[in-house]
Amino acid sequence: MITFSDVTFAYTDEDQPTLRRVNLSIDEGELCLVIGQTGSGKTTLLRAINGLVPHFTGGHLSGEVTVAGRSTREFPPRELADVVGVVGQNPAASFVTDTVEDELAYTMENLAIAPTVMRRRVEDALDLLGLHELRDRPLSTLSGGQQQRVAIGAVLTASPRVLVLDEPTSALDPAAAEEVLSSLTRLVHDVGMTVVLAEHRLERVIHFADRVVLVPGRGEHLVVGSTAEIMATSPVVPPIVELARLAEWSPVPLTVRDARRLAEPLRRRVATAARPAPSGRVEHRDRPVATVERLSVTYGDVIALGRVDLAFSPGEVVAVMGRNGSGKSTLLTQLAGVRAPTGGRVRILDQAPVDLPPRRLIRLVGMVPQDAGVLLYGESVDDECSTADRETGLVPGTTAAMLDAVLPGVPPDHHPRDLSEGQRLALALAIVLAPRPPVVLLDEPTRGLDYPSKERLVGTLRKLSADGVCVVLATHDVELVAQVATRAVVLAEGEVVSDGVAREVVCHSPVFAPQVAKVLSPEPWLTVDEVRTALATGADRG
Amino acid sequence: MIRHRSPASTRRGLHPAAWWLWAGSMAGAASRTTNPLLLALIAAVAAFVVSARRTSAPWSRSLVVFFRLGVVVILVRVVIQIVFGNRLPGHVLFTLPQVPLPSWAAGVSIGGPVTAEAIIQAAVDGLRLAVVLICFGAANSLASPYRLLRCLPAVLYEAGVAVTVSLAFAPEVVMAIAGVRDARRLRGRPTRGIAGLRGMAIPVLESALDRSLQLASSMDARGYGRRVTVTRATRRMAGASTTTGLLLVVAGVYGVLDSGSLPAGGVPFLAIGALLVALGMAASGRRTNRTRYRPDPWATPEWIVTASGAVVVASLVAASMLGIHGLQLQVYPLAFPALPLVPAAGILVGLVPAVAAPAPRRPISPRMGGTVPALPPPAIEVGQGTVA
Repeated sequence: MITFSDVTFAYTDEDQPTLRRVNLSIDEGELCLVIGQTGSGKTTLLRAINGLVPHFTGGHLSGEVTVAGRSTREFPPRELADVVGVVGQNPAASFVTDTVEDELAYTMENLAIAPTVMRRRVEDALDLLGLHELRDRPLSTLSGGQQQRVAIGAVLTASPRVLVLDEPTSALDPAAAEEVLSSLTRLVHDVGMTVVLAEHRLERVIHFADRVVLVPGRGEHLVVGSTAEIMATSPVVPPIVELARLAEWSPVPLTVRDARRLAEPLRRRVATAARPAPSGRVEHRDRPVATVERLSVTYGDVIALGRVDLAFSPGEVVAVMGRNGSGKSTLLTQLAGVRAPTGGRVRILDQAPVDLPPRRLIRLVGMVPQDAGVLLYGESVDDECSTADRETGLVPGTTAAMLDAVLPGVPPDHHPRDLSEGQRLALALAIVLAPRPPVVLLDEPTRGLDYPSKERLVGTLRKLSADGVCVVLATHDVELVAQVATRAVVLAEGEVVSDGVAREVVCHSPVFAPQVAKVLSPEPWLTVDEVRTALATGADRG
Repeated sequence: MIRHRSPASTRRGLHPAAWWLWAGSMAGAASRTTNPLLLALIAAVAAFVVSARRTSAPWSRSLVVFFRLGVVVILVRVVIQIVFGNRLPGHVLFTLPQVPLPSWAAGVSIGGPVTAEAIIQAAVDGLRLAVVLICFGAANSLASPYRLLRCLPAVLYEAGVAVTVSLAFAPEVVMAIAGVRDARRLRGRPTRGIAGLRGMAIPVLESALDRSLQLASSMDARGYGRRVTVTRATRRMAGASTTTGLLLVVAGVYGVLDSGSLPAGGVPFLAIGALLVALGMAASGRRTNRTRYRPDPWATPEWIVTASGAVVVASLVAASMLGIHGLQLQVYPLAFPALPLVPAAGILVGLVPAVAAPAPRRPISPRMGGTVPALPPPAIEVGQGTVA
C-alpha cells in the first residue's frame, strides 16, 4: 500500500539528511507504529507519505514514495487526498472551516462526492467519534480532545485507504485517548484501512500495533519488525515491557491482561516486600506557600472553575488531573497570575499574583506553558540565557548554569527553534527556575517528550521538591504522575472531585492507574523502579 | 429502494448571501443620507435584526466591535475637522490658535474659529461611515465570511485559497497576541506600553504567519484545488470572465450608491458585470469538480430578506428622486432635523428579517456533551480532603 524505495531526504538548510536510504513497505490493513526519539525524523517520514514533504516543506528528496501505486513525485498532496488522510500534531492548525459539520465535509466537497453520500458519511463519522452533540459547534470553542476527534473525523469521511496520524493522543486525557485508538483499530479490522501512527506514549498504543518502525535518527537505518521483536530490543519501551524485562517474562506481554496472567509469582514476591514509602513528605501543611480560595473562573457562559479551594505546601509535587477541558490549565494560569479570577482569590505567599508587576511576579511563581517554545524569543540559546539574567537582575550566568543543571550539553549557539522538544523544555524550565521562585507550574510538560527526556524531567522535578519548591503539574500522563507526584488533585467540570496522596488517588482509579499498578493490583506499586527496589530489599532479607 | 433524504431538507439558517445582500442594502441606504435620525434608525434596525437572529458562535459577537469602531470613526472625523477642517461660518464655539501658513497653502488651515455647524457636519459625516461599518458588522455576525466563501464559484479557487488564508489571518493575529502577551508576562517582561508593543510585534507576526502556512498546506492535503477536468484555456477564460464581471458589478454598485459618479447610475455596469459572471460560471460549472455539503437553499425566506433590503435602498433612492426634503442634513439654519416619513418607513421594512429569517438552532452549551460519554467521574474519596 505504501512503499518507500531508497528514499533520502534533506531539508534545504541542513547538511545532514533527515532520512537516509529508507526502504519500507507497509501492507494494506496494517496498523504500523512509528517510534523514535524527538527530532529523529518521525514527522518527516509521516509527511512524506502524502507528499507534504517535500512539496510544502522544501528540501531535496531522492528515491520514490508511492501510495496505492501513485508516486508523490507526480501527484501533489491534493491529488492524493482521496487515498491518504493526514492528521497533524496540532489539529487546530489544520481546520479550514469554522463549524464541526462543515469541517467533516470539507475533504469530501473537494473530492466531489455526491451530496447524499456526504450526508451519510458525516453522520457515520459523528457517531463513530462521539461527536453528534457537537455538530453545530464552532471549532474554536472545542476542547483539545474534541478538536483531535474532529480532525480525525474530517479525514475519515473521505474514506481514504491510508490514515496517517502524528501523535494523535498527546493532547488527550487517558479515556479520550482510549476512545480514539479503539475507533482506529475498528477501522483497521472492519474496513481494512492502513494506519500509520507516530506516538511517544507507547503504553497507550503498543498493543494496537501490528508492526513497529523504529526511527533511530541522525539518518541511521530504520529498524522494522513485529511489535514483539522490536519491544524485545528497543531502547524505548513502555513500563509494561520494562517490568517484563525485570521479571524476565517471555514472551514479552504487551497488554495488561497478558501481563497479569504472568504476574502472579511477581505479585506474591512483592507482597512480602516492604510497602513503598509514601512518597512525598507533606510537611508544613499549616503553612501553605500558595492558596486558592473559592476560586471561580468563567469564560462567557462557560464555567471553567467553580469555587475551588486548594492549598499548596512547600516541597509538594501536585499533579492536577482530569478530562480535557476540566479546568486544569485554567487553574495553572490563575496561579501564575496571567488572568484575573472571576470570583474568589489566589494568594502566593500572601500576595495576589495577578496584581504584581511582571518582574516581581517571576520571583514568586514560574510557569512553563504547554508549548514551551512560546517563552523563547532569543536568537540563540546563549542570547536567551543572558537576556533572562539581565531582565530579572540575576548575576550573569545564572540561567546558563541552571540550564546546565537541568540538561547539560544544549548547544549554546543554536536557535531555540532548532532545538529538540526536550532541549526546548529544558531551556524554558531553566529560565523559569533561575530566579528561584517558590512555586513552579508546568502545563503538560511531557507532551511530545520521548522517554529519556522524560526521565531527566523527573530527576529535575524531584530535586526541586527536595529543595522545598512547590511544583504543580497539569498532566494527562499517568506514568509521570506515578513517578513524581506526591499529591493528586482530580478536577471534573471545574470542581475538585478528589484530592489526596497521589498513590492512593491513581491506584483507585481505572482511568488514571499507571500500567504497573494495573498489573500488580491490588499491590500498591506504581513504577518499575519501585518494584526493582522492592525486589532488591526483599532479596536482601530473604 | 432506499430513499435518501434530500441533503438540504434540514435548515441551518438563512443563506449567507441573503444576509450579506440585506446588509449591503442597508449600508447602501446609509450612504445615501446624512440625516442623523435616519442613520440612527438604520443602525438600530441592523442591531435589532442581529440580536433576533444571530447564533451563539464567537463571530456573532462581532457587532459590538463594529459599534466601537463606529464611535472611533466619528471621534476621529470630528477631531480632524476641529484641527484641519475648512472654516464654516456660523456659531463660533471656541477658537484655536491659528498657525499662519504660507500663501501657497491656501485652502488648508490649522486652527482658527470652530463653529457648531462645522462640528455637526463632521460628526454626521462620521456617523454615516460608522453606520455603513455597523451594517457590515451585522452581516459578519449573522453569517460568517467562511460560509459566504463556500458559495464562491469553483473557477476562482486560487483566489479562494488567498481569501481563506487572509480571512483566517485576523483571528490568528488576535489569538497570537493573547498568547504572546501571556508568555511575556510569564517571562517577566512588560506587556503594555511602547516596550511591550515592540517586543510583541515580531513573535505575533511570526506565529500568525506560521499558522497561515499550516492552513494552506492543510487545505492542499485535503484536496483543495484538485486537477480540474476542463481544459486550461477554458478555465482561464472562465476565470477572467468571472473576475472582470465581479469588478464591473462592484463598479456598478458604487455607481448606484453614489449618484452622479458614473453614467446612468452605474446600471449598465451592473448588467454587463452580471452577464460576464454568469457566462464564467456557466463555462466552468458544466464540469464542476466540487460538490457542496448541505448547500444552503435559496427559498422564500431568502427572497423576503433580500427584498426587504431592496425596499430600504429603493425608498431612499425614490425619496431623493422625488425631491423629498430631509434626506440631507442642513446646517444652515442650525436646527433639529426633521424625520422624513417615506424613507423612515422604508428603513423600517429592514426589520422584516427579524421575523422572516428562520431562527437559528442554538448549539448545545459547551458544558454539555463535550466530553466522552460513558465515563463516570472517578468517584474516589481519599483521606485528607481539600485543605481550606
